[in-house]
Amino acid sequence: MKVTVQYHAMLREQKGCAEEQAEIEVGTLIELHQKLNLCLEPKHLKVAINDELAAWDQQLKENDVVIFIPPVAGG
Amino acid sequence: MFLLSSQLIDATHYRTRCQEHTAGGFVCFEGWVRNQNEGREVKHLTFDAAGNLAENEFSKIESEIRTQFDIIEIICVHRVGDVSLGELAVWIGVTAVHRDAAFKACRYAIDELKERLPIWKKECYIDGDSGWINHP
Repeated sequence: MKVTVQYHAMLREQKGCAEEQAEIEVGTLIELHQKLNLCLEPKHLKVAINDELAAWDQQLKENDVVIFIPPVAGG
Repeated sequence: MFLLSSQLIDATHYRTRCQEHTAGGFVCFEGWVRNQNEGREVKHLTFDAAGNLAENEFSKIESEIRTQFDIIEIICVHRVGDVSLGELAVWIGVTAVHRDAAFKACRYAIDELKERLPIWKKECYIDGDSGWINHP
């Protein structure tokens, strides 16, 4: 199935894009993370699906939009 | 209310939006871009944000604030993109009938924003180097 992955901050710089489509077998966010070879491990990230924070073991669905969230620093 | 802005934040405009006759107090926090951090000279900051997610998270923070503190209005505006020295990075204004609720709510809002909102800050230094803050 297809999901959209959005990248921010250091992940955007690593990937060289703000967004990409990923093909994944039915699986969880942790499996998607492994497939993408991101420069930050899950312990340093939070994750959201469709603009809501999600747990790493949450199952992905077709057309989900995933955001991996590096350590934040607003303000 | 939460807004991201790629333009200069007009504090006077947002202060005026907070004004109403039931309010007896107004507390504001302005986060400014300063010229140094941890011994390094900063040239400017660049902010990135996940807009919709940030809006959703701030809605939760606002709900928590309204549960805990008797406020009338809260407005939060955060810059994205390049922000120069002295400019506002964030502006938060809170009104309440009495000052105590406004002070506490404003403090809660900025503290939670810094911990929870999907906003990232890159420091760009005078020497040409740059780096994302809190990069593990």
